[in-house]
Amino acid sequence: MLVFDQVGKRYPDVGDVLSDVSFHLQRGEIAFLTGHSGAGKSTVLKLIALIERCSRGQILLEERNLNRLEEHHIPYVRRKLGLIFQDYKLLQDRTIFDNVALPLVISGYGHQEIARRVRASLDKVGLLGKERKYPLGLSAGEQQRVAIARAVVNKPALILADEPTGSLDPELAAEVMYLFEQFQQVGVTVLIATHDIALITQMGHRVLKLDHGQLIAS
Amino acid sequence: MNQERDKRFHDRAKLRAKEREKVKQTSISQTKQAGGDFKDKIQSYLALHAQALFSSLGRLLQTPFTSIMTIMVLAIAIASASGFYLLLVNVEQLTGNLESSNQISLFLKQEVDDIEGRKLADKIKQNPQVGTVKLMSKDNSLTEFRDFSGFGDAIDALDTNPLPTVIQVQPKNSLEDTEQLQKLVLELKQLPQVDIAQLDMQWVRKLQSMVELARSGVWILSFVLSFAILFIMGNTIRLELEGRREEVLISKLVGATYSFIQRPYLYTGFWFGFFAGAVAWVMVTLVMLILKHPIENLFLLYEKTYSVVFLSFFESLIVLFVSAMLGVLGARIVLHYQLRQMKPE
Repeated sequence: MLVFDQVGKRYPDVGDVLSDVSFHLQRGEIAFLTGHSGAGKSTVLKLIALIERCSRGQILLEERNLNRLEEHHIPYVRRKLGLIFQDYKLLQDRTIFDNVALPLVISGYGHQEIARRVRASLDKVGLLGKERKYPLGLSAGEQQRVAIARAVVNKPALILADEPTGSLDPELAAEVMYLFEQFQQVGVTVLIATHDIALITQMGHRVLKLDHGQLIAS
Repeated sequence: MNQERDKRFHDRAKLRAKEREKVKQTSISQTKQAGGDFKDKIQSYLALHAQALFSSLGRLLQTPFTSIMTIMVLAIAIASASGFYLLLVNVEQLTGNLESSNQISLFLKQEVDDIEGRKLADKIKQNPQVGTVKLMSKDNSLTEFRDFSGFGDAIDALDTNPLPTVIQVQPKNSLEDTEQLQKLVLELKQLPQVDIAQLDMQWVRKLQSMVELARSGVWILSFVLSFAILFIMGNTIRLELEGRREEVLISKLVGATYSFIQRPYLYTGFWFGFFAGAVAWVMVTLVMLILKHPIENLFLLYEKTYSVVFLSFFESLIVLFVSAMLGVLGARIVLHYQLRQMKPE
């Protein structure tokens, strides 16, 4: 599903942020990516989402080499990913429905299909009935669940989450993690970057640990 | 007993028939659904365009003051170019009318009176190169001048008639060669009674070469102003894009292509250009309406009728089309560079 083969990333003014990172994620696997701040967790996710390109090594996503991907193919790869961020990245001037519908609108779905999928997706995260509200009218936990609904509405093969519980209290964080486990159970691969060690150990899934840009435990 | 059984049997048969009907209907509706999927996609694509068309219009209206200022700046640029063009069309139309006149005006010396003038006119008519001759007596000229010039009172105050007798000589049509014409003018100028002999064509020629120059001027002006429009449009779109940075970045993250992101902005460019073109058309037409009466009066003064030329229907369409396209192009150029620079972090 996802292969990192001796991947390195160097920024001209910072130096190496990742070096020699190799790991393999199976389809339907759930894994945590952890490490101290600046260990390179976000960089790993950025490389997969093609926000950045790696300096060395190879990244394969569904047998496709991301290094060789041309610029204009990037949007089509991103449509297969579900991205979730610590700051949710919701559009404040759009309703919950429109926020969740965005990936479907972009992919050119008809509005009947969009309405059906958005409702299904909101139902999964327990927010059906709040479609007409705006993000600011929701709590932090609810906003993150809207972001998750948006990430899964396109039925992605891989969910990437960058500190998804960073600004949530422990109870809400556990709820969000439970959601990810549910997606994993229906065959979606999930990779979550987090430094919430307590939660990780409690859940007992695979952990990829980064230290100063190197993978020290897998 | 039997009857009851029969009834039950019948009921069951009816039920089965109903179910069969139901299955048929669902299968029909399913095929419709499948066919509808493709239609749905096309519809959603068209809906995207319609949505971009109207949402960009809505955004324009949300900030009416800024929009009006931008539209006015664009409109003035477009109106300058099309106004200058229209002026040229009018002058061309005018010189087109004059082209046929290769008339020679002979202004006779002040001491030559109308009777002598008539004699001279008859003599000139004998010339084989001359077609028609028209004598304008001093009195006729004065009456005409008094009627049209508005200097009636001043003229009445004069003791003597200051206007000379004029003989208008129309050469034979066969005489098209300029050299021959010049020769005839020279010949007529030699006559002792003639003060000034003027070939009307000369100033028509001069005017025509000036018009020619003005025509290249219109092209250069249009070219320069088109660039101005592109820059103004580009800057407007750049500001709008900056204001919606978050939306652009999020759209990129969830897999939007460049063409998806830039579509509403291209429509914004379209609207700006379109409205600016429309306002420019109104400006030019208003100016021409204001000038129409004075210009036509001016021509009456010269015993000519001239009706002012406005932008034709076709030319108006071109103004609208070109300005709308300049709007789209200005937006497109900026989007090309700006969108590639906006990267999610």
